[in-house]
Amino acid sequence: MTPPPDAPAVLCRTSTVDQTRLLAGAVARLAEDGDLLVLVGDLGAGKTAFTQGFAAALGVEVPVTSPTFTLANRYRGRLVVNHLDVYRLSDRAEARDLAIPELLEQGVTLIEWGERILPALPSDRLDVKITFGDGDDDRLIEIRAVGDRWCGCLAELREALGPWAGAQRVFR
Amino acid sequence: MVESGSVVRSSIVSSQVELHARYGGVVPEVAGRAHLDLIVPVVSAAVAEAGLEAEDIDAVAATHGPGLVGALLVGVSAAKSLALVWDVPFVAVNHLEAHLYAAFLEEPDLKMPMVVLLVSGGHTILVVMEDHLRYRVLGATLDDAAGEAFDKVARFMGLGYPGGPVIDRLSGEGDPDAVAFPRAMANDGWNFSFSGVKTAVVNHVRKNPEVSAADVAASFQEAVVDVLVDKARRAARELGAEAICLAGGVAANSRLRSRTAQVCEADGISAVIPSRAMCTDNAAMVAAVGWQRLGADGPSPLTAGADPSLQLPVALQLPVV
Repeated sequence: MTPPPDAPAVLCRTSTVDQTRLLAGAVARLAEDGDLLVLVGDLGAGKTAFTQGFAAALGVEVPVTSPTFTLANRYRGRLVVNHLDVYRLSDRAEARDLAIPELLEQGVTLIEWGERILPALPSDRLDVKITFGDGDDDRLIEIRAVGDRWCGCLAELREALGPWAGAQRVFR
Repeated sequence: MVESGSVVRSSIVSSQVELHARYGGVVPEVAGRAHLDLIVPVVSAAVAEAGLEAEDIDAVAATHGPGLVGALLVGVSAAKSLALVWDVPFVAVNHLEAHLYAAFLEEPDLKMPMVVLLVSGGHTILVVMEDHLRYRVLGATLDDAAGEAFDKVARFMGLGYPGGPVIDRLSGEGDPDAVAFPRAMANDGWNFSFSGVKTAVVNHVRKNPEVSAADVAASFQEAVVDVLVDKARRAARELGAEAICLAGGVAANSRLRSRTAQVCEADGISAVIPSRAMCTDNAAMVAAVGWQRLGADGPSPLTAGADPSLQLPVALQLPVV
């Protein structure tokens, strides 16, 4: 994945999957209708766990399950939450068949493996990259604001992520 | 084409149609376009293979959810059009309910109550069927479906796709006790969680790159099958079920089939294990439940649309053992 090199990022660390969910919830509280989050990370990194915390913070009460096979799930909370996984799509034409622009019109959309279809996505987005740390449950979570929407609320984002991001780890 | 709700006259799956080759690599359920191209040849083949004429058809059923809206709309629109042209009722069917009926196509006189374990790439649901069209959802996965865990573990280990058959085969050469992978929620209610065992495999292989792939596959499969079978068995005992029935693509797994047969024999109840063709997605099961629904509820209105988020009816609370 090649995000714009100058896009501002916050680097966070979590050491349990529940912390990852809490962190996601903190981001969700800044979310608005029309927002897009691209979730990047290897198998088992915690992309679905992130979405679970995100949706729960928006008041979604049903279990948020993996969309790998179902491809697109929709939940209703304070906002509509669209949860997609494009791993199994082989090209951008299929991304069109998922009607992503139409999905984005309503609610917040989180796309697992979204880096594979970046050209089909709007340029305003939050990139969430999850990588494995040293311990089994340690994760590094890099959150990068791309475009005006998220760059415009960077201060709030940094504040929300404060508990997981040491000041020295906030960088441009 | 299904007669009287239980006699399969023909069952065509799009992959049997040569057209499918054109979409090599494409996830067929994604492309509304692929559905559009395939629907007429598939319906024609089904009618022809059944040896029937249009005037022999009494009703047309189609899945209206859950699934991707583009694909669902093709089926629903085609079914409504055919129903109008043939002047017969249209029946909108819940895809998950259809899975519950797959077994009846091979054994129409199944005794109930029956615990159904519906396990596929997208779903893991434990249901108790008390009678026709009367059932309760006991539990479901809270994260990954069982079939998805198989696919993801196979993908991570570079074993190929689809992951279910690959792991099934490789497990035959491995030791199921080699690695003690977690049995999440094994004794905790009726829900399932398979995300943790997937991540445990990833962690184990990262730390032990030289580990035998067959041992990992066998141990992983054993962990998943343990939870599935133990929970179904516990449900059957607690609810006094006459049988445990498998449904969905993962029901093709040979370990799940043999373990289910084993515990049912030990408990003196029937194991209902449909053929592999009936476990995976097929239209015959949609016709079977369509026939049931038509009898119970009458035709669906032609205004019925696709419902991508359709679920089985909400679970009633059962005491947790």
